[in-house]
Amino acid sequence: MVADKNNSREWAVTGMMTDLYQSQRAMRQMRRQAMQRGVVAILDVGSSKIACLVLRFDGTGRLSEDNSIGSMAGQTGFRVIGAATTRSRGVQFGEVTAMQETERAIRTALQAAQKMADIRVDHVIACFSGANPRSYGLDAQVELESQVVTEAEVGRVLNACEVPEYGAGREVLHAQPVNFALDNRSGLIDPRGQLGQSLAVDMHMLTVDAVAIQNIVHCIKRCDLELAGIANSAYVSGISALVEDEQELGAACIDMGGGTTSVSIFMKKHMIYADCVRMGGDHVTSDISMGLGVPAAVAERIKTFSGGVHATGADDRDLIDIGGDTGDWEHDRRTVSRAELIGIMRPRVEEILEEVRVRLDAAGFEHLPSQQIVLTGGASQVMGLDGLASRILGQRVRLGRPLRVHGLPQSATGPGFSSAVGLSLFAAHPQDEWWDFEIPVDRYPSRSLKRAVKWFRDNW
Amino acid sequence: MRQVKRRKLPVLFRQKPVAGPDAAFETGEAGAGGGMRLHGGERLKPPKRRADPAPSRLSYRFQRWMLTPGIRLGLRVGVPVCLVLALSSAFLASEARRDAVNDFVADLRASIQERPEFMVNLMAIDGAGGSLAEDIREVVPLDFPISSFDLDVEQIRDVITGLDPVKSASVRVRPDGILQIDVVERQPVVVWRTRDGIELLDETGAHVKDLPSRKLRSDLPLIAGRGADGHVPEALALIRTAQGLGERLRGLVRIGERRWDVVLDRKQRIMLPTERPIEALERVLAVSEVQDLLERDVAVVDMRLGSRPTIRMTETASEEWWRTRTTVGNGQ
Repeated sequence: MVADKNNSREWAVTGMMTDLYQSQRAMRQMRRQAMQRGVVAILDVGSSKIACLVLRFDGTGRLSEDNSIGSMAGQTGFRVIGAATTRSRGVQFGEVTAMQETERAIRTALQAAQKMADIRVDHVIACFSGANPRSYGLDAQVELESQVVTEAEVGRVLNACEVPEYGAGREVLHAQPVNFALDNRSGLIDPRGQLGQSLAVDMHMLTVDAVAIQNIVHCIKRCDLELAGIANSAYVSGISALVEDEQELGAACIDMGGGTTSVSIFMKKHMIYADCVRMGGDHVTSDISMGLGVPAAVAERIKTFSGGVHATGADDRDLIDIGGDTGDWEHDRRTVSRAELIGIMRPRVEEILEEVRVRLDAAGFEHLPSQQIVLTGGASQVMGLDGLASRILGQRVRLGRPLRVHGLPQSATGPGFSSAVGLSLFAAHPQDEWWDFEIPVDRYPSRSLKRAVKWFRDNW
Repeated sequence: MRQVKRRKLPVLFRQKPVAGPDAAFETGEAGAGGGMRLHGGERLKPPKRRADPAPSRLSYRFQRWMLTPGIRLGLRVGVPVCLVLALSSAFLASEARRDAVNDFVADLRASIQERPEFMVNLMAIDGAGGSLAEDIREVVPLDFPISSFDLDVEQIRDVITGLDPVKSASVRVRPDGILQIDVVERQPVVVWRTRDGIELLDETGAHVKDLPSRKLRSDLPLIAGRGADGHVPEALALIRTAQGLGERLRGLVRIGERRWDVVLDRKQRIMLPTERPIEALERVLAVSEVQDLLERDVAVVDMRLGSRPTIRMTETASEEWWRTRTTVGNGQ
């Protein structure tokens, strides 16, 4: 009875996985089509802004025949031909809360980017930050049928991973094999073609709320676009903000956005952990707005122009007009010293960083060989943030900007665009995911031709 | 405490909501017909305002549509082409307009072709005798002045070359408006007598002109017989060979369209073979040189069989010979 129940549960899980497998594969197929057409749009759906880049892929740009010039971190082969950004509407905490508004904001950004690119875009790759990402580490080990590791064997070992119960209403966003081990040799990046007895794999799986994905997919569908891929923005901003050796040796990328602060930890060029703090720059703004009694737009201006997190003696004498338009002379001539402003901002920034610290501790970040921390995202531009962060998170903190890619306009090179740029790199060179390998035959639905062939081969 | 500095923030200009007539002016909604009445009686239209910066679904779709390469090509090429086609066909639908266009084109053509630079005023004929020049003017009837676009020089040349006495001709339009015709006439070298009449032939056997009487060109040798005009070069070679005969040579006769007879006076004939007639004639002449063959009373020297040359004597000669033989015989 118990065994039967267990079996049925496994069946349910398998069915769900197959569905996911199919939809992710469909997106990969769509991405291949987009590559053939050569034009794809990158859409970063954030809480404070929606950025859209239009990429043109013109062949695999090998810089040299003899590999004397490296792959340029995978940024060759495409070019940004259109870029636009618009104020985000209807997105809170990185999740869509008002579909119509979000759809219109996406349309605005896309239309402007298309206009700049002067070409029609049909495929879009999107990223978003919220929806409660949760990381799982999976592993599996199989005995190899033959001595050689083939692609089918890799698929088999990936499918042998025991999928944890990640809950109903959740969806797997990424499932990347991060490490392969063959017999007692570990740390293999690509075991294919090697000889051995047993193959083990470590896989990182990231799940998010299914509803959030469905909302974004729906918004994009309503804009007459095909979704060619979807990614978590913690992951993609790590791709663009971390330099190659940081990704290799271990580093955390903290993308401080408007509504959320996402954390991703990279090791050996793979993301091994991602999480998200549901606080960001907008909360700092609303604190200022409430503390000073000014509208949010004014609070945002004050934060941008005179914000900071370290008060000095001079800041007491540095008075800022906060204005107003009530018609009351006294009210409209209010001033506030910069020290007061810092006094409002600092606790909130500290709170965010403390929260990030908790997530990093939970992930075991201190066990990594290198503990580089890179702050990026729009909210990381607060003056003096790196000093504050190094006191909370650890000594090795730097501010990160996105990688420079071909044709990116100067206005889109700030830290607020690291997830958009990272998504372009992801679009050009996606990492192998679970669904890029063939499902072994016994996982296929019944009446598959391969299954018949296998049966025939086994029995005759 | 003294202020060290005072930060000036860029001020957000947000208009206070206006009321009363100002509001009416702003919205333009005063009065019955909508829009505030202006001085001249016109009404002020309210300015259009965009509530939403986002494009509407329609304009978004329209823009995407206009960015599609096929549609852009269609608009850039297809629409102008269709427009031009439609306009031109609409214009040419009427008979009168079509005729007007044709007339206009014809006028334009004529005005270019009839410029004085292109006109040909007279025809100059070089290398032709008086009668031939007359003939040429007769067969090339041109009304001068004529445009050089209307002259078919090739055809004129063919017509002139088609004339019997003309060996070759070149026709060209000289820059000063003269149609220059250079003619090379055929030179008669032999007289050919047929049943129909007497003709003059040139060295290729081509007809030059008819001759009313042989006596008009007694300086030229005479040939006769059907098909003789096809072998004039051979006949000329035979005549050159027979120059030693001098005044005795009357002419050559083509026999059976196959071989030649040399006709001498005193009704003597030298019958030549089909093959190598010149050598045969040379043999006869050599024999005649040595043995005075042709001086004797010989009617025919038959060289048709090269291995058996034969002589036919005249009737009187053979009777004389028989009589002499008989006499001698009787005498014995």
